[in-house]
Amino acid sequence: MTGIPRSYLFTWAALVALLAATLGLAYVPMPGPLNIVLALGISVAKALLVLALFMKLFRAPALTRAAAAAGLFWLAVLFALSATDYLTRKVDPVGDLSAPTGREHRQADR
Amino acid sequence: MTSATVTGKPDEPVVATRNYLTEGGVTLRSWLLTRDHKRIAILYTLSITVFFFVGGAAATLIRLNLVTPSGIFTPDIYNRLFTLHGIVMVWFFLIPSIPNTMGNFLIPLMIGAKDLAFPRLNLLSWYLYVGAGLLALFAILIGGVDTGWTFYTPFSSLYSNGYVVLALAAVLAVGFSSILTGLNFIVTTHRMRAPGMTWYRLPVFVWSNYATSVIMVLATPVLAITLILVAAERLLKVGIFDPALGGDPLLFQHLFWFYSHPAVYIMILPGFGVISEIVPCFARKPLFGYKFVVWSSIAISVIGFFVWAHHMFVAGISLYAGLVFSLLSYVIAVPSAIKVFNWTATLHKGWISFDAPMLYALGFIGLFTIGGLTGLFVANLAFDVHVTDTYFVVAHFHYIMVGGMVSAYFGGLHYWWPKVTGRLYPEWWARIAALLIFFGFNLTFFPQFILGYLGMERRYYSYPPEFQAWNILSSAGASVLAAGYALPFFYLGWSLFRGKRAGSNPWAATGLEWQTSSPPPTHNFDRMPTVTRPPYQYRPEPEPQDV
Amino acid sequence: MSEAGPLPRPEPQYATTDQQAEAATFGMWVFLATEILFFGGLLLAYTWLRASHPAGVAEAGRHTKIVIGSVNTLVLLTSSLTMALAVHAAEQGRRKALTRLLAVTALLGLLFLGLKGYEYHGEWTEHLVPGLNFHEDGPHARTIELFYFLYFLLTGIHGIHVTIGIGLIVWLALRARRGSFSSGYYTPVEVTGLYWHFVDVVWIFLYPLIYLVGRSGP
Repeated sequence: MTGIPRSYLFTWAALVALLAATLGLAYVPMPGPLNIVLALGISVAKALLVLALFMKLFRAPALTRAAAAAGLFWLAVLFALSATDYLTRKVDPVGDLSAPTGREHRQADR
Repeated sequence: MTSATVTGKPDEPVVATRNYLTEGGVTLRSWLLTRDHKRIAILYTLSITVFFFVGGAAATLIRLNLVTPSGIFTPDIYNRLFTLHGIVMVWFFLIPSIPNTMGNFLIPLMIGAKDLAFPRLNLLSWYLYVGAGLLALFAILIGGVDTGWTFYTPFSSLYSNGYVVLALAAVLAVGFSSILTGLNFIVTTHRMRAPGMTWYRLPVFVWSNYATSVIMVLATPVLAITLILVAAERLLKVGIFDPALGGDPLLFQHLFWFYSHPAVYIMILPGFGVISEIVPCFARKPLFGYKFVVWSSIAISVIGFFVWAHHMFVAGISLYAGLVFSLLSYVIAVPSAIKVFNWTATLHKGWISFDAPMLYALGFIGLFTIGGLTGLFVANLAFDVHVTDTYFVVAHFHYIMVGGMVSAYFGGLHYWWPKVTGRLYPEWWARIAALLIFFGFNLTFFPQFILGYLGMERRYYSYPPEFQAWNILSSAGASVLAAGYALPFFYLGWSLFRGKRAGSNPWAATGLEWQTSSPPPTHNFDRMPTVTRPPYQYRPEPEPQDV
Repeated sequence: MSEAGPLPRPEPQYATTDQQAEAATFGMWVFLATEILFFGGLLLAYTWLRASHPAGVAEAGRHTKIVIGSVNTLVLLTSSLTMALAVHAAEQGRRKALTRLLAVTALLGLLFLGLKGYEYHGEWTEHLVPGLNFHEDGPHARTIELFYFLYFLLTGIHGIHVTIGIGLIVWLALRARRGSFSSGYYTPVEVTGLYWHFVDVVWIFLYPLIYLVGRSGP
């Protein structure tokens, strides 16, 4: 196989390195939500590499980028506007959430 | 070919010998395996008509039950009836109604293309629709569902003893049909336009269907995954939506309305498109403020995603969220109002003729305005607390869905009937039907505003006796409405065989679809068109247009 | 395989093959936008669960099979590389390389599914399958059950996508071997590539959400 574009190999190497980084960092105790923020940050970096280089999004026509952006924008709308409720709702849990999950109390259903 | 040349004279006897109905054979096989968008549109029209009558029959029984305060059916049967009515009318009639019939037929014609971008996907979409429809009918026949069309948890996932999973599967499948249609329309509008057909030369009907498609493609998948979650929850008895098992029922409502509120705009935006075609044609004037009408469609399809939790004001969402969604719900009234003003301004000093399509369009404008304004009432937090789950809400959305969308559907059906079939329908019968539908509709649903305001709850099989007079009025209206809907079935059927030949352009309308023969040939145009002008170049005196 | 190769006529609704290729690529991107929101609903449910029951989710996360999960991530990332190389080979009209790279991609996909199946088997024996075979005690039992409910839906739906992808790639490989593609016509390879990379991107996000939760805890 001749003419393998090196950029693809570099991309792959970067992806593997990021995978190793995120795996290692997951075991490091960090304050607050820093673990998940870092993990998702690395995921975004990996996803951008795949989108930009493997899927050629940055060289793609504006229309294609708009389609990808639309999906992400509407995903953001789903999360952001749900958050207006969840972040400000006063939660009063009902029911005994700490009980063991015996299934006997649930009624039989077809 | 003379049949492809343009004519402004309504009565020119153009008989297209070569058209999509005859080309490619007339066998059942040639229809069931067709890739022609026009034939698929016909398949859709036939199948949604079946579902319209199924849903209509359920509505008739509901109104029959509500004639007496104690009801006629058992509560269980009544629950199944309104669920059947809701599921069938929402997913098997309203959502596919205009896009899949007229959109399918007209978008390629209007943009000057030979077909949609993906004809096989289009056929697959119809098969998904039919399969889903048969599954839904099967679920109804073996016992039905009693959850309401909204499938609220934990009732649907835990307590309901209907065939919920089957119904969920049916809706899931019809959702995929809708996604495929939306995808097809988006790609077609972007990639298949004729030379010279710039975005601002597109008819508003195409823009409206484009805006609708955006919603179909981006909202429907959320419905799909929500239904899968409900089905899994019901089958496995695990409760992500069930508070007793650690879940959150409002999560279901957020996800469900993220689809189902924008779905309201799936149901009404194509209607806006139809009205924007009919009004200029029968007022003989260009559409007033074309760009405003176009961009208000896009604005509605985007802002439509920002308002969903106004369905949940009393469900336990936070007050802050209530304020945000209430405000956003007011915002979306702006682009809707822009459209009403533009249609009205188009009528101003127009050369108006009251043909049947125009009667439906004028009815639409009035009824949609009432539906839209009462939408502002229920977007108001305080007022909504008073009328949530009452007949006020039922009346409000029927003014949009039935007064609006079904009027637009019938208006469009009459307007493009000569193009689709090559025949004219009997005009006087059509006008009678339009008037019957308008008056029957108001008689049915206006009393429901009053009932709702007085406090009559929806989805109950019985009601206090003091509400009986208004309910009888409403049921009487429903029978007028039923007659109005049955009438076109007969005279349109008659016109297929005995109607006068229409010629290519019976309304002297602009638009590429009128510049090919009626019915059009399989590949739509004998010579592919080039576009040089904006749409709606009407003048009070009709005169020939050039290509 | 020559440079030009067979240049199929466009389907009747298109004017040119370019128009056809553009429509197909754009159509796939629109479909991927749909897919984002399809997974988005599940991700919202996951976010809600994690935000409202952080300790339970952390404990559930520690039950997941980190080794299989990480190896599978490596497998999918590598399959993305081979898919990208396959599209490159198709661009240059190298038939043999294209066929081989597609076959390797499909094999990597199968390896992913095999490991996933092995992982499911482990979860079955550990009674971690909600509704069918779930038994867990302790204060977070309910949350763990909900976590695994979402886990099976997320990975199950992702697995269905991988399966469809493998089917498409095998079909492409067979067509490539017959010489159906050329440097002038390889749209199906390109479009399937987009789909495959997207499935990879979904996994890139599922990996930390499923396997890396609670790893720094006790």
